[in-house]
Amino acid sequence: MSVEPHANGDVESAAGRSVFVYEGPVRLWHWVNALCIVTLAATGYVIASPLPTVAGEASANFLMGYIRFAHFSAAYVFAIGFLVRIYWAVVGNHHARQLFLLPVADAAWWSGLFHELRWYLFLEPTPKKYVGHNPLAHFFMFLFVTVAGVLMIFTGFALYGEGKGLGSWQDALFGWVIPFLGGSQAVHSWHHLGMWGIVCFAIIHVYAAIREDIMSRQTMISTMISGVRTFRE
Amino acid sequence: MVETFYETLRRQGITRRSFVKFCSLTATSLGLGPAFAPKIAHALETKPRTPVIWLHGLECTCCSESFIRSAHPLAKDVVLSMLSLDYDDTLMAAAGHQAEAILDEITKKYKGNYILAVEGNPPLNEDGMYCIHGGRPFVEVLKETAKDCKAIISWGACASWGCVQAAKPNPTQAVPVHKVITDKPIIKVPGCPPIAEVMTGVVTYVLTFDRIPELDRQGRPKMFYGQRIHDKCYRRPHFDAGQFVEQWDDDSARKGYCLYKMGCKGPTTYNACSTVRWNGGVSFPIQSGHGCIGCSEEGFWDKGGFYERVTDIKQFGVESNADKVGGTVAAVAGVAVAAHAAVSALKRARSGSGAGKTEQGDR
Ligand code: HEM
Ligand code: HEM
Ligand code: SF4
Repeated sequence: MSVEPHANGDVESAAGRSVFVYEGPVRLWHWVNALCIVTLAATGYVIASPLPTVAGEASANFLMGYIRFAHFSAAYVFAIGFLVRIYWAVVGNHHARQLFLLPVADAAWWSGLFHELRWYLFLEPTPKKYVGHNPLAHFFMFLFVTVAGVLMIFTGFALYGEGKGLGSWQDALFGWVIPFLGGSQAVHSWHHLGMWGIVCFAIIHVYAAIREDIMSRQTMISTMISGVRTFRE
Repeated sequence: MVETFYETLRRQGITRRSFVKFCSLTATSLGLGPAFAPKIAHALETKPRTPVIWLHGLECTCCSESFIRSAHPLAKDVVLSMLSLDYDDTLMAAAGHQAEAILDEITKKYKGNYILAVEGNPPLNEDGMYCIHGGRPFVEVLKETAKDCKAIISWGACASWGCVQAAKPNPTQAVPVHKVITDKPIIKVPGCPPIAEVMTGVVTYVLTFDRIPELDRQGRPKMFYGQRIHDKCYRRPHFDAGQFVEQWDDDSARKGYCLYKMGCKGPTTYNACSTVRWNGGVSFPIQSGHGCIGCSEEGFWDKGGFYERVTDIKQFGVESNADKVGGTVAAVAGVAVAAHAAVSALKRARSGSGAGKTEQGDR
């Protein structure tokens, strides 16, 4: 995979011009992924701090079991989605690759990042226009979706392998994570911190998407729905 | 001519009948089928006896205490007879120079052919002066004795992971055995102490089959450390149902619900307590109403409170855990977002038409 000179996607653009940016699989993945993460964070939180005790016979209840089932099912969707998304980064258009590549060697990308940061600090009157992700968003997406996603998948499947037992494929592939991070309890802690990282990202991400949709010179939310970015001026 | 195990046992006054019983008992406790009993008997009758040297470093002797309380008197007698002739400074009859002479003799006579069992661990600070064995730093004795051994059994959390003497800040720089001896096969039998039946099971396996049992990634015998307490806990149905002890002495505690919320470390601890249990299968911590403290896990003293499910993270302040750290950051993020939105709205209202005009230099 080569990093394209304009992986950051800045363009010369005229008002009203529309560009097709996010292909179907990327958009589908985005919404499926967002749903998974909400499910995983909610169920994960109550796995660590369970709901109040339920009354009745143990045999008549399976609350924790269902919660864990929901977590693990969403986890599979999340992990498989992640793999499919990597596949699409290889075969899709260059915007599909953005999520997995940080153009750290590109000075223009860095200056764009600081411009965006100043825009968020109200120090710039206007944001720049981008066909793909703006550099600031790109940076945090890479950190809290790509890197944190890998962390969650590795620690998550390592924990899952503990239940599946020695010799399961989860244990064979990810079991090494447990001694590597210093034991099962430590893996729980990393997995847990990872959740908070992603939750913080999601809060800011959703806010930024709505804000940019209103205040910047290009469409945002509709872009993630239809795939088409329209410039307003 | 070196004696076989059988000859030693007979000389110690153990009857043939007891010996055969012991073989079937061992086959069972190791999880092998009945067909293995004669194989064990045959091995013990024909194989030359492998001596075991049992060294004590920085420790509290709880491993020995556990070991000699092995539930089945038969197993205990036999296993002790297998060991007692050789060197164990706590259990042997000899003392002083006489005892040290035995150590010397075994390591020479059985060069490359004896098992070294280590209880406790060597402290390295001040050239090892925090643990003296027969007038010398224990770490030296350990290295010397390990040089010609066939394999090492690391008894307990001390020898396997370091345990309390290696807990932060570890002033004596106590380290587990595998940090000092790197060229010998090491069987870790962690626990504080390990379960007696697990200890005798491991010794018997090594001595009868003349090989080390199958180990997991961290060097523990799979047959005893292959599953977590949580996987075989009899309170597990209450966990799955969502029925927890919320406070000591509440109604749930009386009903015997799951101790997860009281910080039970069963879900992160590999040991056989929930199957083998303690004191001859009488009970184990969870059965007595207290959560597992995870004593067979690496660094369990430094893994947060025994009564907290989510571990404290010391780096983030005196006492904090992932929820407090994450919750705080998320709350800050939420407030920041709200404030930012307010300022954005204000700016937008003031400038009238929202975003400014096209800026030069856009690419
Ligand atoms: C964004 C993704 C994810 C989030 C936010 C998340 C969140 C959480 C949280 C907060 C916990 C509780 C941790 C603790 O005990 O302190 C947890 C537990 C767990 N998660 Fe995840 N998780 C994610 C992905 C995954 C994945 C991909 C897997 C893979 C199968 C997974 C498997 C598990 C397992 C096995 C547990 C332990 C359950 C138990 O102890 O009963 N998670 N998760
Ligand atoms: C209501 C919720 C959400 C909305 C409205 C939303 C909106 C958007 C928008 C508009 C974009 C495109 C940004 C651009 O054009 O530069 C985007 C991209 C993205 N969002 Fe979200 N999002 C939501 C939830 C989430 C969540 C929960 C996550 C995961 C933590 C997430 C992860 C991402 C990622 C990784 C991208 C980049 C997609 C790619 O390059 O393939 N989003 N989102
Ligand atoms: S008491 Fe502990 S080991 Fe038993 S089910 Fe509950 S959490 Fe698991």
